[in-house]
Amino acid sequence: MTDRGDGHVGGDGLVPEGVVATMTKKDFTSDQEVRWCPGCGDYAILAAVQGFMPELGIEPDKTVFVSGIGCSGRFTYYMDTYGVHGIHGRAPALATGIATARPDLSTWVVTGDGDALSIGGNHLIHALRRNVNIKILMFNNQIYGLTKGQYSPTSEEGKVTKSTPFGSVDHPFNPIALALGTEASFVARTLDNDRQHLTQVLRQAAAHKGASFVEIYQNCNVFNDGAFDLLREKPQGIHNQIRLEHGKPILFDEDNRCIAVGDNGRLIIANVDDVEPDTIVVHDVHGRPSLAFALAHISHGPTEPTCIGVFREVERPVYGEAMEAQIQMATERLGPGDLVKLLNSGDTWTVS
Amino acid sequence: MPKTVQEKEHVVIRFAGDSGDGMQLTGDRFTNATAVLGNDLATLPDFPAEIRAPAGTVHGVSAFQIQFASEDVTTPGDHPNVLVAMNPAALKAELDSVEKGGTIIVNEDAFIQRNLEKAGYTSDPLADGTLEAYQVYKVPMTAITLRATEHLGITKRDAERSKNMFALGLVSWMYGRPTDVTLNWLESKFGGKKQILEANVAAFKAGYNFGETTELFATTYKVKPAPARPGTYRNVAGAQALAYGLVAASHQAGVPLFYASYPITPASELLHELSRLKNFGVRTLQAEDEIAAANVALGASFAGLLGVTGTSGPGMDLKAETMGLAVALELPMVIVDVQRAGPSTGLPTKTEQGDLLLSMFGRHGESPMPIVAPYSPANCFDAAIEACRIAVKYRTPVILLSDTFLSNSSEPWLIPDVGSLPAIDPNFAAGPNAGDEFMPYLRDEHLARPWAVPGTPGLRHRIGGLEKEDGTGDISYEAANHERMTHLRAAKVEKIADDIPPLPVDDPDGDAELLILGWGSSSGTIRAAARRVRRQGKKVATAHLFHLNPLPRNAGDVVTAYPKVLIPEMNMGQLALLIRGRFLVDARSFTKVQGQPIFADELEAEILKVIG
Repeated sequence: MTDRGDGHVGGDGLVPEGVVATMTKKDFTSDQEVRWCPGCGDYAILAAVQGFMPELGIEPDKTVFVSGIGCSGRFTYYMDTYGVHGIHGRAPALATGIATARPDLSTWVVTGDGDALSIGGNHLIHALRRNVNIKILMFNNQIYGLTKGQYSPTSEEGKVTKSTPFGSVDHPFNPIALALGTEASFVARTLDNDRQHLTQVLRQAAAHKGASFVEIYQNCNVFNDGAFDLLREKPQGIHNQIRLEHGKPILFDEDNRCIAVGDNGRLIIANVDDVEPDTIVVHDVHGRPSLAFALAHISHGPTEPTCIGVFREVERPVYGEAMEAQIQMATERLGPGDLVKLLNSGDTWTVS
Repeated sequence: MPKTVQEKEHVVIRFAGDSGDGMQLTGDRFTNATAVLGNDLATLPDFPAEIRAPAGTVHGVSAFQIQFASEDVTTPGDHPNVLVAMNPAALKAELDSVEKGGTIIVNEDAFIQRNLEKAGYTSDPLADGTLEAYQVYKVPMTAITLRATEHLGITKRDAERSKNMFALGLVSWMYGRPTDVTLNWLESKFGGKKQILEANVAAFKAGYNFGETTELFATTYKVKPAPARPGTYRNVAGAQALAYGLVAASHQAGVPLFYASYPITPASELLHELSRLKNFGVRTLQAEDEIAAANVALGASFAGLLGVTGTSGPGMDLKAETMGLAVALELPMVIVDVQRAGPSTGLPTKTEQGDLLLSMFGRHGESPMPIVAPYSPANCFDAAIEACRIAVKYRTPVILLSDTFLSNSSEPWLIPDVGSLPAIDPNFAAGPNAGDEFMPYLRDEHLARPWAVPGTPGLRHRIGGLEKEDGTGDISYEAANHERMTHLRAAKVEKIADDIPPLPVDDPDGDAELLILGWGSSSGTIRAAARRVRRQGKKVATAHLFHLNPLPRNAGDVVTAYPKVLIPEMNMGQLALLIRGRFLVDARSFTKVQGQPIFADELEAEILKVIG
């Protein structure tokens, strides 16, 4: 943690307690014309982010948005914060440099399923593994939009696209399971059109110390319209959304169905009336990753009952802070670096 | 018995043994004792890519060469006067390079049937006349080392491992090197491991005394200190000097250094050096890959630190797209390329200058980048500062082209006065620059844009790889704007030529017929070869480029002023292509791509061929 001498300590960009935030959504809205396709799910996400940031008192001057390539990449230009629009897939690496160099900043990554999971897969897993203090928002629309409709690493098997006229033979990633596999300290999923849920999850991601990974199911109305309709649209959504809440039994479908422990410890979806009450799983975001991992695999995709909300939230040492601490420790032990002494170290001799 | 002392002006010694024999350490220690004695020197470590190639084979031979003299030394020497061979494979691998009539000191104990076979000898070279043309000293190094250490109660294996110290002791005696430098170093290195320390000291002393007392050696040699400018000196290797230069630049700029890198031979040394210097505020990050390393450094620069990444050829390929982004973002960044022989994995531990054209043109689109190339190990210090100075002042990524030879070799270094180092002003943007507005791409008189660091109130802005509108930095697809921005980026780099010294030319008589133009690590060879042909009455001029992009303003005048131009390079003629293309001169190329520096005698022969 860095004290920048202005009473602001920290890495979450949040206004210190007791200080009243006076900003509004306008303070986070840049003068650039938003140019996503009309009807794109990205609009809703942008509005939610611009909206909740002032509520949390995040200071725009101390906030950096970093993005890669793809439709999501434009997000950076629309936020009136500091921002870098980098190259394809590398946003987590750029953001690692920023957040590690300056632990006092609130650093956000906006990426997509192609950007984060295909070309940039390596950076994503390592940023999560290191627990760099960055908030990663991955817009998953299960398609390549900006390149006009090829299948993505989250497209379902058999998906017919321009590059897969006979159907995709690729097996898709399960992004939540992938993030959990890296031992990410915050892993969540939300929906682009559920403003309340989206804002709530993003708030929790913002407040988390370390790397946050949020998968946002986002509708591409041009190349993959309706991919998430069974989950996010009325009336089907109510039957398929499994809303995870820490400490509460996992019930859904108007409390008619639940996730319960079945044979051999396996998690199953069942009618509440068909199971013993004590077999219904109580959600725990702080426990072992195995529960979160099992919940991530409860569905094969958004076409069947699927978990949304926070899967896992644990505390781990934060990368930038650990690096700062090493520098402080080295300085205390060896004294502040003395360039003259350094250059004159080792065996020297003098010619007069 | 009394020994005669013979004075020598210069000596080239090559220590060679198995990869596990500690030859690099032996050479390094001999170098330090030599440096402290005040000889001028140059070194050339030469080791295989395999960490432990099969023991006793020619593939596993690791060698360290040093030239030291009572005069100016420019290269590690072409042909060793003395070869220390710890086993038959070392003799086999190195014999060809030894001067005829030279001295060969072998560890006689290693010349057993099994080792001879492994080295590919069908008969014993110590007995079959192979070495008739040389002065051979057969010393039972292993046996004496074992005897000297037997009272210490250490294992035979540990005792045997000290035999490199025996060799060092013996050669130290032969050339009158001070013993305290080595003994002090052993104490600081092994002080915590008493038995190992005692074994090494015992072996070193045994070697020294062996020379002194046996009748085998009748002569010792003396090499007087070389004349040198007054001041305090130390020996420094290129990697170390480069690391110190980066730290010094960070100090001069008052901006913390952030070094991000992925392990790669031979650039890893830089990561190792810098990660020890955390008390200088140096941040080091070992990234998940080369691309990440470049992006982390660039991100750090955006955040207001001095972002630097380092690599070698294969990593340069991978970082290309990020360098292009840095060109577009116009942020300070330094990319260190410690060149090695390519293509592909190539010869990972061998030197080459193959990345000049890659550095000039190896990115898509028009993406000009300044290039600085150090010409000696100590000069790596200055090159690092210069690269950072240009990067910060002009808000641009800069490539620093070192190479394996420079990185691993060492030379005496007149330690610079910190007060005389160039000033570097980060000149961070503090407020609006266009009325009440902040325009991130509004340029100063150097065409540099403001470096506005996150956290600065009121300067919020977004930048990216998409083409930007001149001034505002907003995304622009406008045709004329793209052309204007392309020209601005090129002009900015070109204008750096106003800010660098002219190319110095060494032309003692002023009427040389031939200019030898070089860059990078071939400097020593060029000076040595020029000296040799001048002694033969030939008139040649030399010039060496430190800035490769932009070239110094007078570069064109220099190369067109001579009837003939010869450009020696460890590549297929990359600078020659640039010079010919840029200045329409009929420059000749002299190339060598053997993973080894060009030797002075090779270049001497070429010069004589060119000027007749």
